[in-house]
Amino acid sequence: MSDNSFFSGGINRREFLRLSAGLTAMMGLPYSMHTKVAEAAVADDRPPVIWLHFQECTGCSESLIRSGHPDTASLILDLISLDYHETLMIGSGHQAEESLHKSMKNNWGKYILVVEGAVPMAENGIYCKVAGKTAADSLKEVSEGAAAVICIGTCSSFGGVQAAAPNPTGAVSAASLITDKPVINIPGCPPSPYNLLATILYYLTLKKLPKLDKLNRPEFAYGRRIHEHCERRPHFDAGRFAEQFGDEGHSQGYCLYKLGCKGPVTHANCSVQRFNDVGVWPVSMGHPCIGCTEPDVMFHTSIYDKVQIHEVTPPDFYPNAKPSKRGKGADPLTTAVVGMFAGAGIGASAMMAKKLPQEGEDEEDKT
Amino acid sequence: MAHADEYHVHRAKILTPSFYVLLFFALLGFFFIGIRFVKGIGAVTNLSDGYPWGIWIVYDVATSTALACGGYAMAIIIYIMNRMTYHPLIRSALVTSLFGYMLAGLSVMVDIGRYFNAYSFFIPSRWQPNSVMFEVAVCVMAYNVVLMLELLPAILERFISSTNPKLKTFKKIAVKIYPVLDKALIFIIVLGITLPTMHQSSLGSMLIIAKSKVNPIWHTEFLPLLFVINALYIGYAVVIFESFSSSMAFNRPFESEVQRLSRVIPYITLVWLCIRFYDLFSRDQLGAAFAGDYPSMMFLAEMMLISGGSFILTWKQFRSSPRMLFISAVLLVIGGAWYRFNVYLIGFTPHGNWSYFPSLPEFFITLGLVAFEILGYMVLVKLFPIMPKLHTKKA
Repeated sequence: MSDNSFFSGGINRREFLRLSAGLTAMMGLPYSMHTKVAEAAVADDRPPVIWLHFQECTGCSESLIRSGHPDTASLILDLISLDYHETLMIGSGHQAEESLHKSMKNNWGKYILVVEGAVPMAENGIYCKVAGKTAADSLKEVSEGAAAVICIGTCSSFGGVQAAAPNPTGAVSAASLITDKPVINIPGCPPSPYNLLATILYYLTLKKLPKLDKLNRPEFAYGRRIHEHCERRPHFDAGRFAEQFGDEGHSQGYCLYKLGCKGPVTHANCSVQRFNDVGVWPVSMGHPCIGCTEPDVMFHTSIYDKVQIHEVTPPDFYPNAKPSKRGKGADPLTTAVVGMFAGAGIGASAMMAKKLPQEGEDEEDKT
Repeated sequence: MAHADEYHVHRAKILTPSFYVLLFFALLGFFFIGIRFVKGIGAVTNLSDGYPWGIWIVYDVATSTALACGGYAMAIIIYIMNRMTYHPLIRSALVTSLFGYMLAGLSVMVDIGRYFNAYSFFIPSRWQPNSVMFEVAVCVMAYNVVLMLELLPAILERFISSTNPKLKTFKKIAVKIYPVLDKALIFIIVLGITLPTMHQSSLGSMLIIAKSKVNPIWHTEFLPLLFVINALYIGYAVVIFESFSSSMAFNRPFESEVQRLSRVIPYITLVWLCIRFYDLFSRDQLGAAFAGDYPSMMFLAEMMLISGGSFILTWKQFRSSPRMLFISAVLLVIGGAWYRFNVYLIGFTPHGNWSYFPSLPEFFITLGLVAFEILGYMVLVKLFPIMPKLHTKKA
């Protein structure tokens, strides 16, 4: 695949095919597409990815390098050609700037720009500067030659915590500043790395953007609400709720809605895709969903406020959480007959006991 | 080994009124079994997807095999502990065991949906040797054969001592087989002790996998051990019960051996109760056991019956009283059976709001099989030398 075996030993064939097939399924493509996905991932002309950091916590990058299939080195060197990433690249200073400009020049119009973080606009954007340029200027410059812009994380997609009131830096989402390029938002705080990876490979495979919803989020990942696929959903439908942290219902794994779960209004695949390759996500750990993939939920409402539920009862095609009585129980006649025979048995035993002599011979000491 | 002089044929009329009453219920049971095979299980039972095991399994298999453990319990005390004084009791215990186990096998055949596939059992390539149910089935089937072999001397003796000219050929064969069987009997007896130990524990193991369905008061990893010990004290109690019942029914003097036999029961129940309470304590379920709700009441009833029955037997003056001995045996049999019902049915709650109570035909099938069991016992002891020979001083 490439000559980076010095760093990571590469990615072996089995793992690579498993990853490609998994991502194909995740993107909702037919299974037969997985060879195409695999081909796209190894093609020599795969366009490079340039990754810019603005006002953020690097959580999205952290999330990305926590992906285990593939591991970080295979990911950034084999599967995508990550040419510039301020926290992951080896070079620094002028060397780093040079690699950015070189990559932009060589791949003008072809590279994918990934933006992490919000862009401050107050006082001409002086609150975030890299290499002497403000975030807004950098974004404008790099996005000009990009084929597509992927805004990873809630900050770059919707402004995130930076744009929350009182917003002293005048932060806005990176997505709102780009008007002339296709923009894909992958919100989340942080988002699942596989949502980003799947989006990039979708683009490489089919040379077009995945289907997006009205907030420019890929529908394969953000098409359904957390609530629809939550493992605690049966408790919701059955009316079993945790009333406060640490109570009986909470320890029983009941629905977290009353603790402020935003699952009913949050579009994301966390309940299905989960995190850290070990199948965990906040709700499985007992914390309500905070709605981080929605522009007006997280940082705009309290984590512990209840959201408005629009579909209180589950759809008819869901299995019933409170099944009706099944099986045949006791009927009076059978009970009477069984009781009669039990009584007769006990009565007969009592009669026998009465007939048996109270006193008997002591046989114990005889041999 | 055969101790032929210890037993005799109980000479009495076979066709007594109680014979006809039992025959009526046995026939009624077999009539409903006929309906089950013509119209299917649903026509005669209240079994459902939630409760695939009703009283046929809970009583006829899980409980009646324990009630049939008299032969097992006696074999342990006679051959392992080498107390030959109890030897006169073994044949009648073996007859109860044989009928109990035969009916358990028969009930399974009635209970399984695809009984026509049961022949697969004799084809080793279709075995699933990791299955607990398979283990129970093999053991029950093998134990039936062992019990028959163990009883065979009684039948052969009958032919040998026969003077009827019509049975001459049988007599000839019996005379030939008897010494051979006599020599081999000890190995059969060893099998007869091993097999029940295996499947009685497996009857407990069967419910281990149903962890989410069996109430925590009863679900424990100790189930196999509890079931074996439970089978032991039920076995001894049944021997006592049966000894007094047959003495009363056949107008014979009491068998003095049972009094000494009853001494062992409190030790066995004590071990059982210790394991039971240690287990409840270690799993933090003592609170649930004494909570006072329905399962807890069932648990307390089980405890009262078993500990009450054994408590009586700790006193020498009670042990020497036939009445108290009989009462304690009844308490122990009911208590032991109660425990098995608790594990299999009362403490068993399938997911999804199911309910179960046996239907009338279902109950009559079980009743018919029990009637058939008593009937068979009554007839066999009148045909073959099974009852202990009367003590001459009392006769």
